[in-house]
Amino acid sequence: MSARDLLTLLLLAGSVALLAVAAEFLEVRLFVRIVTNLFIMLVLVLGLQVFMGNSGILSFAHVGFMGVGAYTTAVLTIPVRMKGMALPDLYPLVAGLELSPLAGILIGGLVAALVAAVIAYPLMRLSDAAAVITLFALLVVLHTIMLHWSAVTNGPRTLFGLPRATDLRLAAVAAALAVALALLFKESRIGLLLRSSRDDEVAAAALGARVPVLRWQAFVLAAFMAGIGGALWAHFITSFSPKAFYLKESFVILAMLVIGGPGTVTGAVAGTYIVTLAFESLRALEAYLNRAQIFAEQVVGLTEVVLALAMIGVLVLRPGGLVATREIGTWLLRRKPDKGDPP
Amino acid sequence: MTAAIQFVIDVLSLGGAYALMALGLVIVYGILRLVNFAYGELIMAAGYTLYLVSASPLPWLVMAVLAVGAAVVTGIATDYVAFRPVRAKSVTAVLITSFAFSTLLQNAAQLLISPRPRSIPLPEVFSDTVTLFGVVTPARNLITIAAAAVLLSLFTLAMRRTVLGIAMRAAATHFTMARMLGVPANLVISTAFAISGLLAGTVALLWLGRIGTVVPRVGLEPLLIAFIATVIGGMRSLEGAVLGGFLLAFIDTALNYSLPQDLLKFRDAFTFSLVILILLWRPAGLVRGPATGQRT
Repeated sequence: MSARDLLTLLLLAGSVALLAVAAEFLEVRLFVRIVTNLFIMLVLVLGLQVFMGNSGILSFAHVGFMGVGAYTTAVLTIPVRMKGMALPDLYPLVAGLELSPLAGILIGGLVAALVAAVIAYPLMRLSDAAAVITLFALLVVLHTIMLHWSAVTNGPRTLFGLPRATDLRLAAVAAALAVALALLFKESRIGLLLRSSRDDEVAAAALGARVPVLRWQAFVLAAFMAGIGGALWAHFITSFSPKAFYLKESFVILAMLVIGGPGTVTGAVAGTYIVTLAFESLRALEAYLNRAQIFAEQVVGLTEVVLALAMIGVLVLRPGGLVATREIGTWLLRRKPDKGDPP
Repeated sequence: MTAAIQFVIDVLSLGGAYALMALGLVIVYGILRLVNFAYGELIMAAGYTLYLVSASPLPWLVMAVLAVGAAVVTGIATDYVAFRPVRAKSVTAVLITSFAFSTLLQNAAQLLISPRPRSIPLPEVFSDTVTLFGVVTPARNLITIAAAAVLLSLFTLAMRRTVLGIAMRAAATHFTMARMLGVPANLVISTAFAISGLLAGTVALLWLGRIGTVVPRVGLEPLLIAFIATVIGGMRSLEGAVLGGFLLAFIDTALNYSLPQDLLKFRDAFTFSLVILILLWRPAGLVRGPATGQRT
C-alpha cells in the first residue's frame, strides 16, 4: 500500500472509530441505534462498491445476498427451544444446531459468497443492459425463494427469535474491516485490471485481462460482504421478513453509493454518512408530521421521494457522485504545482 | 375440444397484454439501448388517473382516453427527467436515474394519494361473460385480444409507412448514421417514449380491468413481464418482443394448467431462471435485431 492509500484507510477507519466513540460517550439510545445501523449499511455499501465501482456493472442482486446471509445466520443461531416455534418445519439436520452469533455471521457471509460463486460464474460474461437485467432477475429469483421456502425462512411471515448480538463495537469493527477490504481490493492487481475493463472492455481484454474471471472474483467478494452485512443486520434487528431484502432496500443502498460516488471507497463512505443523515432526519420529520396529524392521512414515502430527487440531481450534475475519482488520501497528498514547473 | 378453445383464448388474451407490455419497453430499448425501469409506473399513472376522474360524470371512454393520455405524458416526462440529462454520460447512470424516477413516482403516489388500494371505474362490459363455441369466457378476454390485434396492426403500419416510423426504425438500426442523415434525435426518442406510454396506457386499462384496483406498486408485475418477454424474444427486435410476449403467455398458461399448487408459487423463480438461461445461450434473444450500432 502506498502512503496515500494508508492515509485514506487511516482517515476513513478513523471516522468510523470517532463516530463509535462519540456514540459510546453520548449514551443516547436512539443515537447508538442510528450509528450501529449506519455501520452495518457501511459494510453493505462498501460490498456493492467492490463490485459496482470496479466493474462498472449495476448489481441489483446485492440485497439478495444480504438476505442469504441473514437467513443463514438465523437458521444456525436461533436457540433450539425457540426453533420449534419460529421454524417448525426446519430440517432435522440443522434444527438441533445452535452456534454462537459470531460464527453464524461468518458462515452467513461464506454461504452468500458460495451461492454467488456458483450462480454468477456464467453471468459475468454479460455486459451492459443484459447484465443488469440478469442480475435484476437474480434478485427476483432469490426473493421468490425466500418468500416461499417456508421450512427455512418462515415464508412471507416474520422470522423472529434471533439473539441480539450486534452491538456498536462489533458493527464498528466490521465497518472498519470493510473499509480496509474495499481499499485493498481496489488497489490490488485484480481491482486495477477490473477497472481497466470498466473503462474499456475491449482494450482490457486485448491486453490479456480475463474480464469474466475478474468480475466473478469481485462479485464473490461483494456477496461475501453483503452476507456479512445481512447477518449483522439480522442480529441487530432480531426479527425480519423477506420484504426487507427487496427493491426498497436496494434503492437505499444504491442511493448511498451513487450519491457518494461508486468509483471510490471515500465516496461510498461519504455517501453512507450523508444519506443516513438525510434519511434519519426525513424519517423524524415524517414521524413528527404523523404525530401532529397535520394531514388527514398518514405521511408515507416522503423520505424516498426526496432521496430519489437527490439521486437524479447528483447524477445529472456530477455523474461520478460527490467523490468521483480521487480518494481522500490522494487528494490531500496531491502535488502542488511548483512555480518552476513548465505550464 | 372446449378445453382446447379455452386454452387458446387464455393464451391469446394473456399474450396480447404481454405483447403490448413488451413492445412498450422494447421501443425505447431498441433506439437507446437503455432499459426504462420506470416503465411500470406508466401503468400506475394511467390507473391513478382513472381513479381520480372516477367521481366526474364523464362517460367511461373519455376517462379511458384521459388515462392513456396521462401515461403518454408520464412517458415523455421520463425522457426529460431521467434520460435526456444523463443519456450521453453513462449507461449505468441512466439505469439508476430511471430506477430512481420509478421510486419517485411510486412514493409520490403513496404520499399524495394513499398506500392502500383504490378502486377504479370499469364499464359494464368488463364483468360480462360471453359464450363462444360452447366456452364461457369473460368478455374482457375477447376485448384484450381485439385491442391487441388492432394496436399491433396499427403499430406495424405506422412503423412501415409513416416518415416518423421509418426514421425510428433507422435510429434503432444505427443511431449515429440516422442522425447524420438528418433524423432529429430528440424528436425520435421523445416519440418512442410517447408510443411507450400509449401502449402502457392501453395495457393499463386491460390489465387493471382484471384486478379492479390500483396500488402504488401495481407497475412491478407488468415491468417484470415485459422484461422476461423482451429477453426471450430479443432485446433489439420489435417482432421479437411480440413473439416473446405470446411465448411467455403460453408458458405461463401451460404451467397454470399443469403444475400442482405447491410448485405453482415458485413459478416466478422458474420463469426468471429461464430468462437467465436464455440470456446465457443467446445474449441477443431468440430473434436477432438489426446489426449492432453505436449508442449515442
